[in-house]
Parts: sequence; C-alpha cells; structure tokens
Amino acid sequence: MSSQPDEHGHFGRFGGRFMPEALIAPLDELEQAWREAMADEGFTTELQRLLREYAGVPSLLYDATRFSEVVGARVLLKREDLNHTGAHKIRNVLGQALLTERMGKKRVIAETGAGQHGVAAATAAAYLGLECRVYMGEVDTERQALNVARMKMLGAEVMTVTTGSRTLKDAINEAIREWVATVDHTAYLFGTAAGPHPFPAMVRDFTRGIGDETRAQSLALLGRLPDAALACVGGGSNAIGMFTAFIDDPGVRLYGFEPGGEGFETGRHAATITAGQIGVLHGTRSYLLQDDDGQTVESHSISAGLDYPGVGPEHAWLAETGRATYRPITDAQAMDAMLMLAKTEGIIPAIESAHALAGAYDVAHELGDQATLAICLSGRGDKDMVTAGTWFNLLDVEDVLHDVVDDAVDDSVGDGP
Amino acid sequence: MTGGVSPTLAQTRSEGRAALIGYLPAGFPSVDVSIDLVRAMVKGGVDVVEVGLPYSDPVMDGPTIQAAADMALAAGTRIDDVFRVVEASAEHVPTLVMTYWNPVERYGVERFASALGAAGGAGLITPDLVPDEAQEWIAVADAHRLDKVFLVAPSSTRARLEMTTAHCRGFVYATAVMGVTGAREQTSSVAPQLVARTREVTDLPIGVGLGVSNGRQAAVVAQYADAVIVGSALVRAAFDAPEPASAVAAVTDLTHDLARGVHGEL
Repeated sequence: MSSQPDEHGHFGRFGGRFMPEALIAPLDELEQAWREAMADEGFTTELQRLLREYAGVPSLLYDATRFSEVVGARVLLKREDLNHTGAHKIRNVLGQALLTERMGKKRVIAETGAGQHGVAAATAAAYLGLECRVYMGEVDTERQALNVARMKMLGAEVMTVTTGSRTLKDAINEAIREWVATVDHTAYLFGTAAGPHPFPAMVRDFTRGIGDETRAQSLALLGRLPDAALACVGGGSNAIGMFTAFIDDPGVRLYGFEPGGEGFETGRHAATITAGQIGVLHGTRSYLLQDDDGQTVESHSISAGLDYPGVGPEHAWLAETGRATYRPITDAQAMDAMLMLAKTEGIIPAIESAHALAGAYDVAHELGDQATLAICLSGRGDKDMVTAGTWFNLLDVEDVLHDVVDDAVDDSVGDGP
Repeated sequence: MTGGVSPTLAQTRSEGRAALIGYLPAGFPSVDVSIDLVRAMVKGGVDVVEVGLPYSDPVMDGPTIQAAADMALAAGTRIDDVFRVVEASAEHVPTLVMTYWNPVERYGVERFASALGAAGGAGLITPDLVPDEAQEWIAVADAHRLDKVFLVAPSSTRARLEMTTAHCRGFVYATAVMGVTGAREQTSSVAPQLVARTREVTDLPIGVGLGVSNGRQAAVVAQYADAVIVGSALVRAAFDAPEPASAVAAVTDLTHDLARGVHGEL
C-alpha cells in the first residue's frame, strides 16, 4: 500500500494526469527533478535544516489534558499551528520552493483558498528571493483580507480571481491557465495533495513529516503508537501528511473529517468523499462534487481552506480500500470545537483544524476512554477572527471587515504592491 | 455524415489548400441561437465544425470562451443539447465535439459515443485527455469508428509526438502557442516548427489552433498546416453583436474572410 502511486501516478483507479498536453512534458521534468532531489543528500539535508531553523519543525506533540476530559479520550495535538506562518503549509512550500531553486527557475505561482498556502508560498519566495504571484478567488480575498495583506507585505502579487465561483477551484483554474504560458521559467507551487501527478505524491512526501514526527513523539511519550490519527480534509495535504507514517500500522485507525457545511440536506457543503462521485477535476481522478452532466458543483464551508469540491486522489484510494474513514463535520460542530479548544487549552485553532477536533468526540466514544487520539492541529485561528467574531457575536464585524477589505484588496488585480 | 473528418481533409488536401475548422460552444447564447451560429459558419465556408461542450472548469480556455461557456451553462445547456447542435451541423459538414473529459466520463463513455454517433458526430477533440489516460475512450472510439483528436504542443517531446499521433484518427491538433485559447495579434512563431516536428512522425493531417482571428492570419497558417482552427475570434464576433440576427451575420462574415484566407484569395 505504501508503494502507491504507480509509475503513472495512479492510486488504484484514482490519480493520474488529466492535463493539457502542453503541461505533460513539464510535469515529467518536475517529477524527475523531484525524484533526483529526494535522492540527493545535499538537498534533503538543506530542506531539513530549513524546516528546523526557519520553520520551527518538528512541531510539538502536546498532551491536551483539559480538552481530553471534554472529548472523553486522551488527545495529543500535533501543533502545526506553531510552525512559521501558522500552519502545516510551510513544509510543502519550502520543499517545492527549494526544488524550484534547484531547477533554476526564479518565479513561482500559487493558488490559495484561506490564504494559508498563499502566505506560505509568499514566505518561501521571499526567503529564497523568488518572484511570487498568488491567485485567490474574490470571495476568499474578502473573507481572508488579512492574509491578502500578509502576502503583499511579503512581496507577492495577489491576483483576485473573478471567474466561476470565485473561490479556490477557480484560483486553481487561473493558475493552471497562467502556468501553460509561463512554465519555461515558472514553477507552480501547488498547495494540496491533489492535482496531476506528481503533485499528490510530491506534496505528501513534503508534508509527511507531520506523521513521521507524531509517530516518533508518540513512541517517546507513550511507549506506543496512538490508537487513531485524525485530521481535517479539504484537498487533504495535512491529512495525508499525518496519515502516511501510520498507513502500514494496522493498529492505528485513520480518520479524515470533511467540511459538512450547513449539512447535506441543504446541499451547501464540501464533503467530497462522503457525498461526491468519482470524476476528473484539476488533473486528477478522485471524488468530486458534480451534477449529472459532470459540471463541478460549488462547494460550501465556513472554512475557506476546506472549501474545495475535489479531494486528493490518495484519500479517495484510502477511502475506497477502507484504510481510512472519512466523515462530515458541519460548520456549527467545527465552530463549537474551535471555541471549546480556546476555552479549555488557550489555543485558538484554525476553523479547518477545528473540524478534526469536532470529529474527535465520536471517535472517542467509539474507541473508549482509554484510547489515545493524535489530532493534527493543522493551523492557528488568527486568520479566522473575523469569521469567528461574527459567528459568536464577539465584535462589530461590519466595520472591521470593511476597513480591512478596502485596504487590502482594492488594487489587487494588476501590478500588486 | 459518417467516416469522420478524413474524407473532407483528403479532399481539401487534393485541392491544394488547408481546411477551415470553426469552433463555437453549444448553448451560446442559447441552444437555438447556437444552432443558427453553427449554420452561419457553414454558410461562411467552414469545412469542419467543432462544437464545444460548455464546462464549468475550462482550464485550456481564455476569457472569451470561458465567458461563452458560462453563459451557455447559465442558460441551462445540457449534454443532450450538445448533440442537438451536432445533429444540425452534421447535416452539412463533418462535426466534432470538443470537450473536457469529466462530462464524458460522467455521462458514460459508451453512452456518450452512442449518442454522438446517433447525432452524426465525427468524433471528439479532448483538450485535457492525453492518450496515456485514454484507454477507455480509445477502445470505445474504435468500436464506434469515431475520430480521436488528441493535442500536441510546443513542449511535446519527440517520443510524445510519436505516441500521441499514433493514437489520433482524423487529424492531429497542434496547439500553436504555450497558452490558453484566445485571439492574438500575431500568429505563433513556434507553430511552423511544431508542425514540422509532427510531420516527421505522422502522415495524418495537422490542424493548427490557438490565436487565429482573421483571414490574413489564416492564410499564413494555411501555408504550413493542413487545417486552420478558429475559435475565440468567432465567439468574440458573436459576443460583440447586439442581437442574434447580427451575431449570425457577423459569424458568417468572419467565416467568409477566414475561408478566403485558406483558399488563397487574400
């Protein structure tokens, strides 16, 4: 199972490469460069040094005793929220940006939903002296205006995408469209473990440190492995990063939590594996939200980072084989868990990560109070304070939002800062 | 019409000229008007029609075709409507469907091929399906004797040109630029080179698309390609017209200009 994908990027019947021919040769070059880099001790040593000295990795595995009491099982939080830039995304972008430098390219593009990947990409670009452009849907630039400002401060050009549903999927479309024209000198730092081969496998390998560290930290702390590993799943990069180290450990159950939005009955959700059908989107075969004609259906989640109608192909494979279990968590459940972690542990999680926290309640009930659950706390919640402030009636959001949005996104199409 | 586009392209080759292939999306701006627009292309002198299947996430298309596809979908265009447009066009000239892969897979590859064949369609152009992933389509197309038009690009290696052209039937679609669809000021400088490289590995006709917007550009491309493919410029002409009747006239006029280009009359 851990030998997936095959040489053409297939995880069982999922994955592959559904892309314009113009990008096939560049994807082959990328795959070759990535494989050579990973076999080059000079590259891996430099990446490990960057992660350690710059990104703050390995992150802590924290014994969340008060939250454990509420959940009903022992909860260990993998503190990816403490990484530089505030989420697991920095692992992936440092890997891809270092690879870009190795390939002799001076410019990167990225898509972003919540803005976390965009901020991470802009950060890595600033650190390595690369030119950076980030595509972001107009809906997301409004609800994540602070991240727009962060990207600009880091020197990135933020392109507001006004096509389609104006969210993450459309930002990916625009990035692909640009990449076809600029691939000779530009690398596409793809933000999740989806897209055409080699991205799902490459992103997994750049994020798998999450699970590798959790495994070693669990052995040191408990003398054994956890009973379950939990993570939220949008495209699925933090989840595949968490799961990979445990896939060959049958005693460790794997749970992914999808954005159930306002609930299935409303049709407003983004629970791709739970409710989607198999199809092709953004270069890969996986589960996706689509209508009877194969048109992509707009997803909904209170969490911009999970608001994506597709999912990485390895998750589709893990779901189909039964190795991992995927469940939906509604917006309301996620927000309750977000508040609960803040009140019991003094940690404000990203709304994305709060989906995994919310999922822990049922898992604890099923596995019993002696169980130990390792949860990937994939990001911190600072970026979500406007959303949370509105949800919990904590501030007069209208005023705050307008000021911030006006400042941040007014001139975001065009030449940037 | 049956037999795909090959007889037509053989005919134009024997006339010593390139064929003109015109693209318009089904359902733009409505299904009925799109039928009128396709007929306008026929009247203007296209040799082959490409009917676009409007799709929510067209990553190979620039703003003009995206906007047309969005309009078609907003108007409620369904896959079965695409076959209606194909049927109306195929009465006159060989007609291919250009489609992203997911709608075909979702509809059912065998079912799609049957419906396309029943409508008189010649085959498919598949911008995001490379032969590497096309086993099912290749088998079904062969069983239904449908054309399989895959794309080659300036970045294609010789090995990929050989593999891709070996899987094509009808013609080979050479994307003239590294970029999305859309009319351009100048025709591509890399296209002649790509056509030459492709000719080294296949005897199939080679169509060149992406960027041609007028008869003069068509005449330039016609000097080295077997077919000149025009899409965005035709969509643009229809977009710029204030109402359906003038859109029909604009498409007829532009097609006529393009046809003069491939007939060596410019």
